[in-house]
Amino acid sequence: MSAETAVTTRTKPPVRRVAMHVLLIALAVGMLYPLLWMLVSSLRDNEDIFTSAGLAITDATLDNYARGWDAQQNSFATYFRNSFIVTGSVILGNLIACSLTAFAFARMRFRLKALFMGIMLVTIMLPEHVTIVPQYILFSELGWLNTFLPLTVPKFFATDPFFIFLMVQFMRGIPRDIDEAASIDGCGPFQIYWRIMLPLVVPALATTAIFSFIWTWNDFFRPLVFLTDNDLFTVPLAIRLFVDLGGTDWGALFAMSVLSLVPIFIFFVFGQRYLIRGIATTGLK
Amino acid sequence: MSSLTEERRRMPAPALRQPSPPHSHRRRALAPYLFLSPWLIGLLVFVMGPMAASLYLSMTDYNFLQDPNFIGVDNFVRMFTSDPRYLSSVVVTATYVLVSVPLQLVFALALAMLLDRAIAGIAIYRAVFYLPSLIGTSVAVAVLWRTVFGSDGLVNAALGAIGIDTTHSWVGNPDTALMTIIALNVWTFGSPMIIFLAGLRQIPRSYYEAAEVDGAGHVRRFLSITIPLLTPIVFFNFILQTIYAFQAFVPAYIVSNGQGGPADSTLFYTLYLYQQGFANFDMGYASAMAWVLLVVIAAITGINFLLSRYWVFYADGDR
Repeated sequence: MSAETAVTTRTKPPVRRVAMHVLLIALAVGMLYPLLWMLVSSLRDNEDIFTSAGLAITDATLDNYARGWDAQQNSFATYFRNSFIVTGSVILGNLIACSLTAFAFARMRFRLKALFMGIMLVTIMLPEHVTIVPQYILFSELGWLNTFLPLTVPKFFATDPFFIFLMVQFMRGIPRDIDEAASIDGCGPFQIYWRIMLPLVVPALATTAIFSFIWTWNDFFRPLVFLTDNDLFTVPLAIRLFVDLGGTDWGALFAMSVLSLVPIFIFFVFGQRYLIRGIATTGLK
Repeated sequence: MSSLTEERRRMPAPALRQPSPPHSHRRRALAPYLFLSPWLIGLLVFVMGPMAASLYLSMTDYNFLQDPNFIGVDNFVRMFTSDPRYLSSVVVTATYVLVSVPLQLVFALALAMLLDRAIAGIAIYRAVFYLPSLIGTSVAVAVLWRTVFGSDGLVNAALGAIGIDTTHSWVGNPDTALMTIIALNVWTFGSPMIIFLAGLRQIPRSYYEAAEVDGAGHVRRFLSITIPLLTPIVFFNFILQTIYAFQAFVPAYIVSNGQGGPADSTLFYTLYLYQQGFANFDMGYASAMAWVLLVVIAAITGINFLLSRYWVFYADGDR
């Protein structure tokens, strides 16, 4: 690798390398600019927001955050709590259910395996809109509308087949000798799954947890359909309220938008390794 | 793609297995289904059952309060003959998919190729370009987009800086509103870019070196080595991003306050489906729309797989 790098570097004139960096930096700044502008605007007085497209802050204020936090019917503490409850449950459900399913696909022999595997792969491509109406009817019959259950319970039944696929791919990379040795030593399948396989696929579990977090945190469609009680709103639903009211309190809106992105940034910074490996192996969003 | 290896692994020599007592044998036969049971139950209760129900409802008039009333194919006839909003949602979504997916993939490939040249700081660039993919479907970014493309937003400020003064509201004008949502999708080129990068890394450097020795220039190497060897990845990205694009919902909802305006120019298919199902509670019609969407996505994916044999190149001859 280093020898190849040396070759590339030698054959490439420095001017072109500099030009390439200039181009990449310009593009990177251009892409991030709107986000930086939102951050800066959230620290400005409302009347200054649209008068400046620059990023300079003369007198930063946290007023927008204070005002935005209590601008809706409930405090954002409630909306954040709701979002954390839902995402936490979804992560737990996906980790348990998808790893059990993946273990069966990756390591066990049974009839209909090819068929089930095919069905699992096809359901990855299934748009959620196809099932949303009957699910709404089902959850209404169960009395689950305006609870978190429609958002969380299905995840405990491996309804995010992306993660099954991710874990199957990962488990196939684990040498079979390890669990065959354990099997000869008298370990049952569940012990092999729990004591041997799970510790070995921690990176795949981490990828699943991080993607589950980000997708659920961002999810708007399902909460919009299943939750109408403001006390149960997740953060995206609450942010939408700023817009719906035709409001012009952009400072408060931006402040809460910035806050809503903070958990994602944290996961992004600490989980980048897993995220990148995750998409490179499965093509997740 | 993985089913082939799957087939191969399904046939280990049974003779090598340890003989086991009969009762444990039966347990072993049941064990896989125990592991699968959450998924199987989920599949039946939350996927297959609802799909079947949705198919039935698509042939009914159902408003959620009264029992469904069977009306045959009336919903489907209504879609294509007497619902201009439905047809415009089809046009909007088709435009969005056809324009934004190729643009997004061109950006993704171009940036992946730039980053593949072992340059300093690749990890930082990769992270920066990838970040929008993670937040592109969030309400926060959709809200931001709405202001960036508003009449006093960043886009007009940037245009003003290069001497084009305008107060055109890009999101408020039917001619340009859809374009802003397309731009949002192109902005999230990071995740296909990372898949392209992984694919580029798989191409042996020796191919390029040999071609260079033979006198092939940059363009020739790109056309004769990179592109053919990358076609499976292009195909994969194309299928996935097309499927995702058909399901876009959040930006359209936020940019237009859930209405699909101005003048239905951002009335995405999924948004109209939501309006019919959950604002008008015309659930039979919404179900019919959902099934048409499913059939269209399946057909497009199927056609792409059929066409892929004419342009996707598998180096090892493995299909």
